[in-house]
Order: sequence, then structure tokens, then C-alpha cells
Amino acid sequence: MSIITVKNLKKSFGNLEVLKNINAEIKEREVVCVIGPSGSGKSTFLRCLNRLEEITDGHVIIDGQDITDPKVKINEVRQEVGMVFQQFNLFPHKTVMENITLAPMKVRSSSKDEAGTKALELLDKVGLREKAESYPEQLSGGQKQRVAIARALAMEPKIMLFDEPTSALDPEMVGDVLEVMKQLAKEGMTMVVVTHEMGFAREVGDRVLFMDGGYIMEENVPSELFNNPTHERTKAFLSKVL
Amino acid sequence: MRVDIISAAFPYLMKGLQVTLYIFIIAIIIGFIIGLVVALLRLAPIKPLNWIALIFINAIRGTPFLVQLFFIYFGLNSLPFISFNSTTAGIITVAINAGAYFAEIIRAGIQSIDRGQSEAARSLGLTGFQNMYHIVLPQAFRRMLPTITNQSIISLKDTSLLSVIGIADLTQQGEIQSSATFEAFKIWLIVGIIYFIVIYLLTLIANFLERRFVLR
Ligand SMILES: Nc1ncnc2c1ncn2[C@@H]1O[C@H](COP(=O)(O)OP(=O)(O)O)[C@@H](O)[C@H]1O
Ligand SMILES: [Mg+2]
Repeated sequence: MSIITVKNLKKSFGNLEVLKNINAEIKEREVVCVIGPSGSGKSTFLRCLNRLEEITDGHVIIDGQDITDPKVKINEVRQEVGMVFQQFNLFPHKTVMENITLAPMKVRSSSKDEAGTKALELLDKVGLREKAESYPEQLSGGQKQRVAIARALAMEPKIMLFDEPTSALDPEMVGDVLEVMKQLAKEGMTMVVVTHEMGFAREVGDRVLFMDGGYIMEENVPSELFNNPTHERTKAFLSKVL
Repeated sequence: MRVDIISAAFPYLMKGLQVTLYIFIIAIIIGFIIGLVVALLRLAPIKPLNWIALIFINAIRGTPFLVQLFFIYFGLNSLPFISFNSTTAGIITVAINAGAYFAEIIRAGIQSIDRGQSEAARSLGLTGFQNMYHIVLPQAFRRMLPTITNQSIISLKDTSLLSVIGIADLTQQGEIQSSATFEAFKIWLIVGIIYFIVIYLLTLIANFLERRFVLR
């Protein structure tokens, strides 16, 4: 059974229809990479999966709950869906430790000790335990993004969404972040990753979606999509990025 | 001899200062709460609430302080079932007046915080209220502190207008002492210095808070 089901999803900003008719199924433990030209609607698609964008039409079912139903408790669904942003969006007035423990304490009512122990474990995992008491401004971009991943993981989500997590990073920082994501994939996390890192998509992705003009134009396992794209648009895009 | 007259007047001026500070502190706290509530109404995703907030802000910004004071003290007081003394009227007026300006300051502060902050908070499952309380407002306040200090200083100076409805504040005591002693120059100089010192202290406190918090 799919943990994410998207049916006839449409999204408009005013008169601009950005997602035209999206259908997708994502299974538990699957890693799905979303690629496509800038402005094709990748971020909007991802942001519809935790309803950061209001959904214009269609259905998005997350772990059995249709989040387009106005009665759904969206804050509870979001606890199961972690999100990592291109610009990190760490809370600058809080230490790394506080960034990670805030949501578990306020949303899951964890005790400070419990949340702190968990946070240190996660910081170990992303290789940043010694930064626990630092503020975000004292970290490099790559470190910030690893903290952001730890922050999302602290809620023990079932699904992780990544929106171009390495696009704002200096090239030498990209590897560290991808390494953490690879590890996560290996542990069986369900992941949807919007990315320009074709190497990552090829190596880690179970499936790749190619988006263009508000549609999913083509989807396949990475080896097929990269080596034998069927759509002209896919070929044109890949010839530019590969 | 002359020095005696001045030193005899001084305790009265200090009494007046007490009244000024009393009214200022209560009014500024209430004003801040009004400002916060109005700012949130202004930004609420419900149109009629936005309008109410806008009407309030514009009504206060578009009328002189003295007219507001007279409206509340003489106008409202003339209505049936409403009756308050001059001090209460003074506190209400300063609070409402400061509230309208605070509302705009706080709204601008909230809007200056990057949307990504709220998105990160909401994506973690925080409610809209938790997001405001833990993420947006703390950052906004740090940013707003200089403007808030400024408005507080203006409000402190506005309290001197309360003397016209007979509140025995520092300015009123200055008036009384200057006519009682025939030492207008010295009395008003001293009154001015007292206001200056209070405002200077206020600025020092604000600077301290800023250094303490704004860096983060
Ligand atoms: N909040 C918004 N308001 C209006 N238009 C938007 C908004 N967000 C995105 N768009 C538009 O939607 C289209 C798709 O954007 P996006 O999903 O960010 O694309 P991608 O992530 O693939 O680059 C773009 O044309 C963009 O300008
Ligand atoms: Mg994007």
C-alpha cells in the first residue's frame, strides 16, 4: 500500500495554474527523486504534500489521511512528514539544541531530557554533536542543512520531503549533506527529494519523476529514465544537466 | 533664599514625576497589549477583523492626541453609565494612542520575518499560535526594539499633555510651582532636565536590552 497517494492534484496561484493534473503513488521506504526545469512546479508539488500550499483541487492522501479534507487535523499529519528546505530555515534565535528539541517538546510533549538525549543522538548521526550549543549563524551552510535534517528527524516522521537541499550550498559542502541523506535512505526512510543532483538521483533514488509545465511528464527507475528517456522534453532537459 | 525656594519646589516636582511615571508605565503596558492584539487582527486571515484593526489605527493616527484626550475625558464621560476620573482617562488615552502606533510597528515587525521561518515551524507540526509565540514574535520583537523605544519616548512626552485635564503630573506640578515661586525660568529648566533624564534612562535600558538580545 502507498504511504502517499496523489490524485488529480491541481494547484493555482490566482490565475496561474502551476500544477495541472498530478497523479503519483509513493510506497513506504521508497526514495523518489523529482527533477525538472526551474518553474516546472516541483516545489509546489512537494509543498502540497504537507499542505504548506493550499490545494486547489484533487486529493493528497498521506498515510491513509486525505489532507484535502478540511476536517483533517493537519498539524498531526505534519508531525509525520518532515521537511527540509533549500534555505535551511533554522530558527536564528535558538541554539542548535533548541532548534531540534522545540517541536518534540511543544508538539509531542516530550520532556526536556528526553528531547535533549534524542537531539544529541541525531547530532551524532549528522556529525555535529559539538555544535549543540552553537547558534545557526555560527555554522556553515552544510552544517546548517544537516542540523535542519536533524530537526526534522527529531519528530520521528514517517516521510521526509527535501526541496533542493543542496542547491544553496558551496560545492564542497554538498557531499556531507548527501551522505546524511543516503544514510537515511539506507535506513528505510520514505523520501521525496526535489534535486538537481543527478548523481544522487541515479544512485539513491528508487524512482525518478520528471516534471515539466505542471505535469509529471515521465517517471521511471533511474537507470531507465536517465539512459532511455522517452519524452522529447525529458531528453532535452537531461542533455542540459548531464 | 532663592535656592530655598527651588529646593522647596523640588519635592512637588518629584511627586509629579511619580504620577507621570505611574501613568506612563501602566499605559505603555496596556498600549503594548493593544498593539499586539490589533497587529494580529490586522494580519488575521479574516477580512472584517483586518478592517476593524485598520479603522482603529487610522482613527488614532488621523486625530490629534489632545482631541483624543478630550473625547475620552469629556466626551465619553458625558455619556450615561460611564464615569471615570482624570487619571483613568489619561491612562486610557495614552494606552490607546500608543496602541495604534505599536500595532503598526508590530505588524511591520511580524511581516519582516522570512516566511521560511513559519513554514519550517508549521512543517514540524507547530500550531499557528505556537509558531507566533515561539518563532515569529521573539524574532520580530528583537528587530522592533529600537522603534518600540522611540514610540515609548513619544508616549512619555505625550503624558505632559494630561496636565490640561488636571492630572498632577510633572508638567502640572511645574506649572503650579512656577506660578507659586515666580521662578519660571528655573522651574521649567528643572522640569525639562527631569524629563530628559528619565528619557535618557529609558534609552539606556533599551540599549542594554538591544545588546543583550538583538545580536541573537
Ligand atoms: N506563492 C506563489 N505565488 C505565485 N506564484 C507562485 C508562487 N509559488 C510559486 N509560484 C509560481 O509557480 C511556478 C512553479 O514554481 P515552483 O513550484 O517553485 O517551481 P520549481 O520548484 O520547479 O522551480 C512558477 O511559475 C512560480 O513563479
Ligand atoms: Mg523549487
